[in-house]
Amino acid sequence: MSPKSVQKIAMVFIWGGGAITVAILLGIILYVLIQGLPVINLEFLITPPQGGLSGEGGISSAIVGTLYLLGITLAILIIPGIGAGIYLAEYARDNRLTRLVRYAVETLAGVPSIVFGLFGFALFVTSLHFNFSILSGALTLVCLLLPTLVRTTEEAIRTVPRSYREASLAMGASKWQTVRHVVLPAAMPGIITGVILCAGRIVEETACLYVTMGGSAAMPTSLLSGGRTLSLHLFYLAMETRAFDKAMGTGAVLIIIIIVINTLTNWLSQRYQKKMRGG
Amino acid sequence: METKMQTRHLDFYYGECQVLKKVSLNMKERQITAMIGPSGCGKSTLLRVLNRMNDIIPGTRLQGEVLLDGNNIYAPGVDVVEVRKRVGMVFQQPNPFPKSIYENAVFGPRMLGQKDKAYLSEVAERSLKAAALWDEVKDDLDKSGLALSGGQQQRLCIARALAVEPEVVLMDEPCSALDPVSTLKIEDLMQELKKRYTIVIVTHNMQQAARVSDWAGFLLLGELVEYAETSEIFSRPQDKRTEDYITGRFG
Repeated sequence: MSPKSVQKIAMVFIWGGGAITVAILLGIILYVLIQGLPVINLEFLITPPQGGLSGEGGISSAIVGTLYLLGITLAILIIPGIGAGIYLAEYARDNRLTRLVRYAVETLAGVPSIVFGLFGFALFVTSLHFNFSILSGALTLVCLLLPTLVRTTEEAIRTVPRSYREASLAMGASKWQTVRHVVLPAAMPGIITGVILCAGRIVEETACLYVTMGGSAAMPTSLLSGGRTLSLHLFYLAMETRAFDKAMGTGAVLIIIIIVINTLTNWLSQRYQKKMRGG
Repeated sequence: METKMQTRHLDFYYGECQVLKKVSLNMKERQITAMIGPSGCGKSTLLRVLNRMNDIIPGTRLQGEVLLDGNNIYAPGVDVVEVRKRVGMVFQQPNPFPKSIYENAVFGPRMLGQKDKAYLSEVAERSLKAAALWDEVKDDLDKSGLALSGGQQQRLCIARALAVEPEVVLMDEPCSALDPVSTLKIEDLMQELKKRYTIVIVTHNMQQAARVSDWAGFLLLGELVEYAETSEIFSRPQDKRTEDYITGRFG
């Protein structure tokens, strides 16, 4: 076969792969939106679900639960996650201990979330008596997401050219000043992407919240009240009620939330990079 | 002429590999000293020894002394930050930070704790002028340093290094990534700078060394083969190896 025809065949596979991926993604999103959007109205958004097997009511408490959980989890997660990433990238010596830590971080990042759920159930719900609550859910998610955030932060920092660090040190800046004023700003788009990735995981996570948040349909009032997120609500609607239309509506709301989060962060990070790079 | 910096019997190792062998060198105040030699001869290493930039590379080891105004910068208790403030550096690849031109220019003083806005603007203007960049950028100091051309970026890096008012400026092949016009600008600039600063430049461009420097040292495999006034080195080299190198027989 001539190189030209080989290239043609390769292009067919590459284009075909791309087309299939896009088609599947668009198919799912469009299906959920088409089925779900008609269900969504103001009443649906501001009424709490009735809970139990009824499938009646809206999704207000699930929206509040999702945002509540998102805020609390990120608040607990960000400082240790980014801090550990900075430590591993900038300060940790390359020895057996740090290799072990890195290996552990990588392994943890691949553990299924329901395993973290069981751990959270045993530690936070049972031993520490936080019961089924937003706090238990958030702490479990922190355990689940720490490895991801640590890794993305470390990788973002490693892509900062060494020449930036050298230039800063050569002017008499200290190591910490260099990290704080040169390395971190340059790594910021990557670190923000990591945080957004985590935010997405918080919104979509279901299994490990099932066993740590309980799934009360009532409006959460404190850190220690139980609750459900949109994904959890969707799970209950689909598995325990016949309100399939409402499950689709919830799914549509979820998809819209994720699209909004992604668009917003893309926009922010592009603006930030443009400012830095001088477009 | 006063000696500003001096190395005495300097040995330098990367792990087991010895990169500098008994290098003894005097760098005169307000003169341009050029280090020439083929790739891998240790000239960049020598330059980086002069402001302790090699400290950040693990597995390096140094014997001998490096004196700045007669004091050993490797003596115990010497603050490396202080050394780097006095001995600034310009690198091979222009490496402005992804910040505005203004922020690049005032980075050093800011890190030293300077917060006064009026003073910082003054520093920015003074160092950009000293680096012969002011006229080209004075109207868009808010633009990113990375939006400048390569030659302008390198002059911005020079301005950034001058802003902390060093006494010695080290230049590690500052023109190797630049076009001839930008190179000429930087060479002119060096003549201007030497009125106030002691300059040490590493270059593998012999014409450049001949054009800009007052003193020149020829390094080969970590050994300082010959060191003399530039006119001497290029017209009457004492060592056969120097002669071979500058006449282009190897390198």
